[in-house]
Amino acid sequence: MSAGADTKVAQITGAQAVNMALTEAMENDPTVLVFGEDVADPEGGGVIKVTQGLSTRFGDHRVKSTPIAEQAIVGAAVGAAIAGMRPVAEIMLMNFFTVAMDQIVNHAAKIRYMSGGATAVPLTIRTLTGAGNSLGGQHSDMLEAWMAHTAGLKVVIPSNPADYKGLLLSCIEDDNPCIFVENGILMFTPGDAPPPGHRVPLGKAAIPREGSDVTLVSYGRPVLDCIAVADQLAEEGISVEVIDLRTIVPMDEAAIFASVGKTGRVVIVHEAVKRFGVGAEIAARISETCFGKLKAPIERIGAKYSPVPFSSALEKDFIWSRERVEAAVRKVMG
Amino acid sequence: MSTHQNFPAEPGTAELRDVYGRVMLIKLTDERIRRVIRSGRIVTPHYSPRGQEVIPSAICAQLNPDDYVVTIYRGLHDHLAKGVPLKQLWAEYAGRATGSCKGKGGPMHITHPAAGVVVTTGIVGSGIPIANGLAWASQLKGDGRVTVTNFGDGASNIGAFHEGLNLASLWKLPVIFVCSNNRYGEHTAFEKGTAVKQVSDRGASYSMPAMTVDGNDPVAMWKAANEAITRARSGGGPTLIEAMTFRFEGHTNGDDSHYIPADVMAAAKEKDPVPRFRKLLLEGGHATEAELDAIEVKINADLDEAVDFALNSPWPDAAELNRDIYLEEIEA
Repeated sequence: MSAGADTKVAQITGAQAVNMALTEAMENDPTVLVFGEDVADPEGGGVIKVTQGLSTRFGDHRVKSTPIAEQAIVGAAVGAAIAGMRPVAEIMLMNFFTVAMDQIVNHAAKIRYMSGGATAVPLTIRTLTGAGNSLGGQHSDMLEAWMAHTAGLKVVIPSNPADYKGLLLSCIEDDNPCIFVENGILMFTPGDAPPPGHRVPLGKAAIPREGSDVTLVSYGRPVLDCIAVADQLAEEGISVEVIDLRTIVPMDEAAIFASVGKTGRVVIVHEAVKRFGVGAEIAARISETCFGKLKAPIERIGAKYSPVPFSSALEKDFIWSRERVEAAVRKVMG
Repeated sequence: MSTHQNFPAEPGTAELRDVYGRVMLIKLTDERIRRVIRSGRIVTPHYSPRGQEVIPSAICAQLNPDDYVVTIYRGLHDHLAKGVPLKQLWAEYAGRATGSCKGKGGPMHITHPAAGVVVTTGIVGSGIPIANGLAWASQLKGDGRVTVTNFGDGASNIGAFHEGLNLASLWKLPVIFVCSNNRYGEHTAFEKGTAVKQVSDRGASYSMPAMTVDGNDPVAMWKAANEAITRARSGGGPTLIEAMTFRFEGHTNGDDSHYIPADVMAAAKEKDPVPRFRKLLLEGGHATEAELDAIEVKINADLDEAVDFALNSPWPDAAELNRDIYLEEIEA
């Protein structure tokens, strides 16, 4: 077996990374609890088997399948967190947040503030979502703008397996309520496995490609296409910097502003609906802070202002595409 | 593991006097709050618990400081019965830096972990699922605590109640659901908003022991609470207590209860739990007139001091706007 720079890094999927993070967190800290619909082994260890093995290993008192009752799930997480536990609740799909919004927005997010810091809610809610699987209007939404607009929550949307593991561990160990958004395609997409004990701090962007002509700001699944576009345009001599935000709240604005200071051209790409989306906030912050540095109007790419369509023929045009990202980069280049 | 006192299944003289002291503290505090609001010295929402004083008093007299209480916007009686200090409570009503929540929550969110008051919510029914989480933590830690969650009859029609009771029963959680049935959900009579005759009927849906009790009767209320607390502490799971009572001062401060027929209100006030309790103590030989009068004198003096403390406390600093949003301070 050869050692050195060409050693092949083990590949894992997002789902495996999440399982590894949960296992490590439960091993490290007996107050970590995992619960949600179908998460225990008798129920299959999660609908896509993300939590497989946990209840067998750590016991059905710490890993519990719940009724289909999202208010009860998030409420239990809020209460357990106040009582000193580290609950990791699973809301199977992000659209099901809508039935637990009172617990998420009025309670998890606000209890520390409303109590003047007398109590805290160190919980993590994991959830799965994303378009591209023909699941239609109620199983695919990206609702991170709702979450980000509610002060008190941290919002994490990783793009690769190493970050899935490192960011989830950071969420569980964080003393604030964290929303961890998993993507239905990335969960099955392989990538480099991180070393044991790997952590990714919340609020620190990654820069998977450095460049000097255009800044691509993105997070979640579209980051993969941003990287592909950067690599493709590099061959033409267009130097694209890709910022993978990793966390929406807290947002690494310093990384964005530094990059814009260098390039003066910005394209923001996210999966969520474009109008009133996170990209609008990023564009506003750039114009407030870096207006004098901009060489072209900021471009935003996001989903259409509509529910997620079912038909794959429509769905592919509803969300971003590599072609649209490339066209936007060429546009800001003039 | 904390140590927990055992309380007699039926209250004797000492227990009744303890409960009465809490009842009077609630009544006099509520009356003072309404007076101070009328005077314009404090601007705050207020949901008077006048008429419902006995329920949390009989329960909390049998709880330990580290037992958890979760309550709602009409929570003053729960806060005081569980031991939230008057000064910090008043300062919170006044929005001052010395308040139990540094003036950032107000009366609808009174929090005082040392007294076990860990959540006060302004959203009907929402405390119920949270109480389950607190109780689950106690179950896992084996710390012997019980969690009491208080709500009104209106909350029994909201989804959180049903999701919460189902989970508590499934997981056999050490939690007590206390429904103060004051006959009105905001302005709507119980019968017009609730499809069952009694809220306790709903216990059957969740295989949960449930009872309806006269919440204005300190002996009956003591016994009901004792049974539920004993069950929860011994691992027997949750109980639903429906405590029948009445709300004398409207939904919110200034509400003249015009939607309650005059004869219904008059009949309810005839059964005012406070004079009734006083009569019970005197006729039962549990206390003398002078002793009961002395309780009021002491509470009024404490209230004078608490109101002074609150009104002379500093306002919160503007820097507080950036604190307690997250653990780490941010530029909000």
